[in-house]
Amino acid sequence: MMDVSGSVIRQTPLAAGYWSLELEAGLLAKQARPGQFVHVRVPRLEQSALRRPFSISGVRGGVLEILYKTVGRGTGEMSHLLPGDAVQVIGPLGNGFPLEPRGVPVLVAGGYGVAPLSFLASRLGRKGVLLAGGRSAGDVLSTEGFERLGWQVQMATQDGSRGEKGLVTVLLDKELLRLKASGEQAELYACGPDGMLRAVGERAVAAGCRGWLSLDKHMVCGVGACLACVQKLRREDGTEWIGRVCHDGPVFEAREIVW
Amino acid sequence: MQEADLRVELGGIRMNNPVTVASGTFGYGKEYAELIDVTRLGAITVKGIRLQPWPGNPVPRHVEVPGGMVNAIGLQGPGVDGFVREYMPFLRGTGVPVIVNIWGTTEEEYAEVARRLSDVEGVAGLELNISCPNVKEGGHAFGTDPRTAASLVAAVRRATRLPLMPKLAPNVPDIKVFVRAAQEAGADALALINTLPAMVIDIETRRPVLANKVGGLSGPAIHPVAVKLVWEAAQAATVPILAMGGIMEPGQAIEFLIAGATAVAVGTANFIDPTTPLRVIGGIADYLRRHGMRSVKELTGSLISG
Repeated sequence: MMDVSGSVIRQTPLAAGYWSLELEAGLLAKQARPGQFVHVRVPRLEQSALRRPFSISGVRGGVLEILYKTVGRGTGEMSHLLPGDAVQVIGPLGNGFPLEPRGVPVLVAGGYGVAPLSFLASRLGRKGVLLAGGRSAGDVLSTEGFERLGWQVQMATQDGSRGEKGLVTVLLDKELLRLKASGEQAELYACGPDGMLRAVGERAVAAGCRGWLSLDKHMVCGVGACLACVQKLRREDGTEWIGRVCHDGPVFEAREIVW
Repeated sequence: MQEADLRVELGGIRMNNPVTVASGTFGYGKEYAELIDVTRLGAITVKGIRLQPWPGNPVPRHVEVPGGMVNAIGLQGPGVDGFVREYMPFLRGTGVPVIVNIWGTTEEEYAEVARRLSDVEGVAGLELNISCPNVKEGGHAFGTDPRTAASLVAAVRRATRLPLMPKLAPNVPDIKVFVRAAQEAGADALALINTLPAMVIDIETRRPVLANKVGGLSGPAIHPVAVKLVWEAAQAATVPILAMGGIMEPGQAIEFLIAGATAVAVGTANFIDPTTPLRVIGGIADYLRRHGMRSVKELTGSLISG
């Protein structure tokens, strides 16, 4: 964990409202593991504005990529960053995804939840399948990167404008059936809205495979000190505890989370 | 010119410089140890501790507002024994005085927590939380009536010889009444201010944003309020004051010292720029040099009015 001044290399608009921000962050980027995040002090917001957490969507040398959607003031200002702008960044933070799948990796993305999964796909030894879902075609992002890495990609949109019409879990159900039929074990990795994560978690339990869910929570300190981003969790012995998404997560195994 | 002397004594707590962190904004010190050199702090003030582990409030527990944030964390914590076991080894290792913020729902609970911390090596003093707006049963209820506050301070006083520093509520008609009540009951120092009770509503859902409905406002928005209260409190105080509320820059800490504080605590700024406490220490040293002062003590209460 370190607090560095990153320098904007490039800012690229993806689909409507989605951006890819590349930052030179030196050692911070080199140390980052898939599933970890950075806590960004957005320039030009007022001095008291809190930092914003973002998943790391990729690393190339000392450059880290953040894939984000403009949803409010912070991300709105972020989208105005230009090459050369300095950005204060704390990271890498959080636990990250485990990188030793016991089966075929099945990645489930909801909207910009694809971000940490892109980084994951670039670091997993074993190739698998990406199931990318969103409201509409514009919400299904970065799938080309997975294809370039040799991953199979399936898409679903709620309005049917790209891929299958419906929720991404429809694709997951089919994929789990297919793997079961071929006698293969799956290992699920997911990032997206809570409803999607919960649904993926239920399927991991039902299929008897592991499901690694990356939670997206509003944070304050990002380092485990303030206890704002807490989540009720369950230990293996069944006892419950209150964990910090920033420090104990953001990745939890499906069976750990008490929804 | 010789470096100014930054050392202060806060009611028996000896600090190498007048800067600590506000309870609840710095965890138990350990969380920030990779980001800043915590051994350079004047003291480390840890998150509020009660007798037993406590789960805190449901989420959402915070919301950003202009000039700061409103929080209702609800004093989640590991309980006094858990704290001593899990966090004191690290804190002791820093060599920095540790101020433990304590709370409870009864006088007996406060006293018992104080008793258990009395012989713990490394604990330099206790900050008595009688002003947290986020827990119904405890905290705030003790801080808004001077007789209740005095009775509580006296009860804890009987339980420990550690330096005792009640943290006063800002939302009282006359802070001096509380200053006198706490002093007479045996306080060695006073901390102020806690967050200001606050509320934010989501107009689309017409619901309170915080699960607890209400919370405490912190950040630069409350700084002028805190300066005024510290200044008033200093006029009635015979014990040193630890001032806090919205420090983002060294100048805001210096204002507190001029108003009458002996030491200051950086709070919400830790979340935004964790280097703030160290920048504040440096800024105070620069100020003293520029003004030809040999000790930070010369600054305390140096306000020129009229």
